[in-house]
Amino acid sequence: MTVDPTTLVAIVLMGLATYSTRLAGLFLVHRVPASGRLHQALQAVPAAVLTAIVAPAVFTGDLSDLLAGVVAALTALRFPLLAAVVAGTATAALMRAVM
Amino acid sequence: MSRNQPPEPLSRPNRSEVADGALAVLPLAIAVIPFGLLWGAVAAQKGLSPAEAFLMSAMVMAGASQFVAIDLWAHPLPIATLVAAVFLVNTRHILMGTSILPKMQAFPPRWKPLALFFLVDEVWALSEQRAREGRLTASYYAGLAALLCSCWLLWTTLGAYLGTAIGDPTRYGFDFAFTAMFIGLLMGFRSTPGFAASVAAAAVASTAVHMIAPGPVSIAAGALAGIAAAALAPIREAKR
Repeated sequence: MTVDPTTLVAIVLMGLATYSTRLAGLFLVHRVPASGRLHQALQAVPAAVLTAIVAPAVFTGDLSDLLAGVVAALTALRFPLLAAVVAGTATAALMRAVM
Repeated sequence: MSRNQPPEPLSRPNRSEVADGALAVLPLAIAVIPFGLLWGAVAAQKGLSPAEAFLMSAMVMAGASQFVAIDLWAHPLPIATLVAAVFLVNTRHILMGTSILPKMQAFPPRWKPLALFFLVDEVWALSEQRAREGRLTASYYAGLAALLCSCWLLWTTLGAYLGTAIGDPTRYGFDFAFTAMFIGLLMGFRSTPGFAASVAAAAVASTAVHMIAPGPVSIAAGALAGIAAAALAPIREAKR
């Protein structure tokens, strides 16, 4: 049961960064406009961040990763998140085994 | 509706409300098992001890950002990069908090900061649903958060113990589970205004930057491009 001091610092800072995003609503709830460009830009944050995380891996990786990404996206349109993860991962595993 | 009702008494949490919350989140607490085990296993392979994995789950308590952090984990530790990436991935909480706070009228005010610590995606979604149907109580919220968060702690720590026994996840395609999960979460946002423009801009920008300079800079570049695209897209009101 060891905890490295540098690792602990990283974990505490990541925890504070996360908590700041959860607390921010307390200060913003009366200030964010309920409509308009700022509201629309803020609403797009999750999709933009998630896209920026997956796009490089999917578009610059193997063909198997691109196909598995498409399978995951299509599955998510109709089925719960877990099904999309299973279908995407199974596709990646199968394609890697074959290719 | 729930606007003018007094806060419930702190000393007497409503047991049936707590049970309702725990029951509502039970399917998600089960679905989180493979993700928790997987995260713990990869954390162990990156050199984290079970105690360190437990600490990160307890302090960050946000699955997607923990997957990103462990993906970027390297030696020496890129602390600034880790903190920036975790913050960026979690910016969605700013909107979730802003959306759920007006529905927390029944919460004792001093407990709101503590409640917000446990504002996990699933807890937020189920709280929004409860508020739509009637009154969201602190007891119900506590039921949601207690079960889901204790499960996350248990399975991630167990995954870190079993980590080295599970073997190299990339051999079986398990590493793609992260990407598949992010894609699945992404598709859940498809009805938000400016979605298509935002995703297209973020995909092009992050991929282009990644080809020049691989690393977390591509996440920031892609995110900023996507947000800018949504701001410039034609204004459309959300269908809430």
